[in-house]
Amino acid sequence: MNPTVSKALKHRLFWPIVTLLGLLVLNVAVYPSFFSIRLQDGHLFGSLIDILRNGAPTLLVALGMTLVIATRGIDLSVGAVVAISGALACSIIAGSSDPNSPTTVLAAVGISIMLALVLGAWNGFLVSVIGIQPIIATLILMTAGRGLAMLITEGQIVTINSAPYKVIGGGYWLALPASIVIALGMFALAALLTRKTALGLLIESVGINPQASRIAGVRSRSIIWMVYIFSGLCAGIAGLMISSNVTAADANNAGLWIEMDAILAVVIGGTSLAGGRYSLGGTLIGAAIIQTLTTTVYTVGIAPEITLVFKALVVIIVCLLQSPALQTRLGSLRRRPVTTSTGGVLS
Amino acid sequence: MTTQAPVVDMTNISISFPGVKALDRVNFRMFPGEVHSLMGENGAGKSTMIKALTGVYPIDSGSIMLDGKPLVISGPAQAQEAGISTVYQEVHLLTNLSVAENIMLGREPRRGAAIDWRAMRARAAEILDGLNLDIDPASQLGSHSLAVQQLVAIARAIDVQAKVLILDEPTSSLDVDEVSELFRVIRSLKEDGVAILFVSHFLEQVYEISDRLTVLRNGQLVGEYLTDEILRIELVHKMIGKDIAVLSDLDRKARAPISEESEEMPFVQAIGLGRKGSIAPVDLDVYEGEVVGLAGLLGSGRTELARLLSGADRPDHGELKIGGRALRLRTPRLALKSRIAYSSENRRSEGIIEDLSVRDNIVLALQADRGWFRRIPRKRQDELAASYIQALNIRPPDPDAIVKNLSGGNQQKVLLARWLAVAPRLLILDEPTRGIDVGAKAEIQKLVSDLAENGMSVVFISAELEEVLRLSHRIVVMRDREKVADIVNDDVTVGQIMTLIASGAES
Repeated sequence: MNPTVSKALKHRLFWPIVTLLGLLVLNVAVYPSFFSIRLQDGHLFGSLIDILRNGAPTLLVALGMTLVIATRGIDLSVGAVVAISGALACSIIAGSSDPNSPTTVLAAVGISIMLALVLGAWNGFLVSVIGIQPIIATLILMTAGRGLAMLITEGQIVTINSAPYKVIGGGYWLALPASIVIALGMFALAALLTRKTALGLLIESVGINPQASRIAGVRSRSIIWMVYIFSGLCAGIAGLMISSNVTAADANNAGLWIEMDAILAVVIGGTSLAGGRYSLGGTLIGAAIIQTLTTTVYTVGIAPEITLVFKALVVIIVCLLQSPALQTRLGSLRRRPVTTSTGGVLS
Repeated sequence: MTTQAPVVDMTNISISFPGVKALDRVNFRMFPGEVHSLMGENGAGKSTMIKALTGVYPIDSGSIMLDGKPLVISGPAQAQEAGISTVYQEVHLLTNLSVAENIMLGREPRRGAAIDWRAMRARAAEILDGLNLDIDPASQLGSHSLAVQQLVAIARAIDVQAKVLILDEPTSSLDVDEVSELFRVIRSLKEDGVAILFVSHFLEQVYEISDRLTVLRNGQLVGEYLTDEILRIELVHKMIGKDIAVLSDLDRKARAPISEESEEMPFVQAIGLGRKGSIAPVDLDVYEGEVVGLAGLLGSGRTELARLLSGADRPDHGELKIGGRALRLRTPRLALKSRIAYSSENRRSEGIIEDLSVRDNIVLALQADRGWFRRIPRKRQDELAASYIQALNIRPPDPDAIVKNLSGGNQQKVLLARWLAVAPRLLILDEPTRGIDVGAKAEIQKLVSDLAENGMSVVFISAELEEVLRLSHRIVVMRDREKVADIVNDDVTVGQIMTLIASGAES
């Protein structure tokens, strides 16, 4: 086999990338102008741009989730945090005398992000200080959080009319949708933060072996605390994006099931739920797959009744293709003739 | 014995891993009713050989015959069905289940769809009886000592009518009595015609129990010998393939008792340091440049003391002075800040970070000390890794190699490199040479001796008394979680230490 090909086959993002390309090809086949992107009034439009824009909140949440999962944790509360931060920002804006004032919007955004950080810190506290299992610890906020959001919105769907706030989820920066810029900015920040400092090494070390890390003097408590705070931050920003895009805060439905999409994106991206080595690039591709899948369901015209089944099927296939067991099996099918020939050389 | 047909006959076995030839046309055979020791340094190919025989690794070339028939297997489960059972160094059993459940796991007797618990316990009791082991099958496995768990693992292995039983370092965590119990079991299995493959780094035990030896070096066969016909010194030569001058050189080194003549204060002073349920209050001084050996049986308090000195466990009474200042080392992190490094006896669970590279493992403690924000520049990391790989002769010499793929001795060296990188003033080594080969052992002993000469204080723990005697300036003997003796190593013999361990200070 061609060495470049076999090297590509071994790359851990090979199958996710193939899946993504496959989904895109499927879309083009059904809807030939799928790839066309046009520039209108200085803004980019097109299906691909839509995918990126709609996928931005999922990518953000998945980003925080990746680091949490790398420490052997999980954050189920991200959907609730999305709802809370959107609810708070919208309530502040709706309650102010001038919803269109940038100062009001900045204050609303600032306060909501602060709250998201506090919620993340709460999760981190439960996990790292109290020592509750992450799935239970974050389940608390997952359940209670929507109630908190309901309290903030007083049980109503808060609709707002604020041009500056609309920018976050629906605006543009240069030609690109602002949400994409924000999500990619956070991605770059996370990548820099973990690879240019020692955070990445310490997160992986804690995720692989917390006990040995402790003996080596790693402050696992603050590392774990930090990743939950970061996850809260990501979910908070995603909440602003979602509520800004629909100009309303819906405590019940904003970010519903986003934790599932985020966890799927992380897993498809090749980060193991057992913790340890993680891949931010993988998460980026995983999130793109999840969003493309959602779009594909509409373009291909899959009946709404079986939408979820279709999604589940694709996810299962990607996970199977990545599983080491299946790869060895496929590999031994492919490699067999090669092995015999080297054996011949030896003897 | 040679008139019989071999039960296992492996010929021309080769296995390669990316960049490494792990086995190169090696022959190996075993006869029924014999104990056959597989000898070699770390990385010689012992583990690979076992994994080839048990189907964990596919072989690149060569053939494996079991009872004269080609063995075609693709995994340990099939190997077990074919009659080849393995008991690994670390017991792979479920401590939260009962002894009976562990023995019968995966082949529980059934009545309909349900497990027949009574039959299961009866069968387990029968097997334990067959080995003359007095263990209650209904008791929880975790409530027994490691030694008993090891015996249960053997009971489990032989339940499947094993023709071949592989024991990989079965004695590394057992004390003397437990070893003789194990050997009794091995002898009775041998009488039943089971071929036993024995891997151990204790030469004593190899000579005591085995009939035949096969020596591997660097993935190649050195030879097969009858145990009676090869002298120890010859065997060691064959295993390491070079002079063992390092060892004798060490012995010749003067071990001036430092604490006696020194006017200075000891670097470490523990005063009545203890912890309820773990160790009775102990006084201990360690001077600069001194190696203090902790001798005693497993569970005697030697590891417990090390853990109190290093912040791994918190003492609940007593005082610890480092360089004359009273300090409370509540965590290993604080101990490392005071330049006290602790190398745990549990290399896998408390030592290396398996999925990270050699480089990452080496810089970890240093990096943790600097904090996450001040990353050690990549260039500095590479220099550190390269210098320790060279200084400690880590194989393969690749800083990007994932640590779990290294042999035990090399993992230990990576771990040592990690502690040395923080330039400790007190280095606590708990069983640093356990489960590693003669060559690496000598290298580590040499290193410890050099470090102490350069002023580092060392607390050295080993189950091997010869080793403790060879290295230590002073020996502290522990028994039943108490310190029973503190003696200067001046012509002290293994026998004297043994007596102290056995009977305490009153003797």
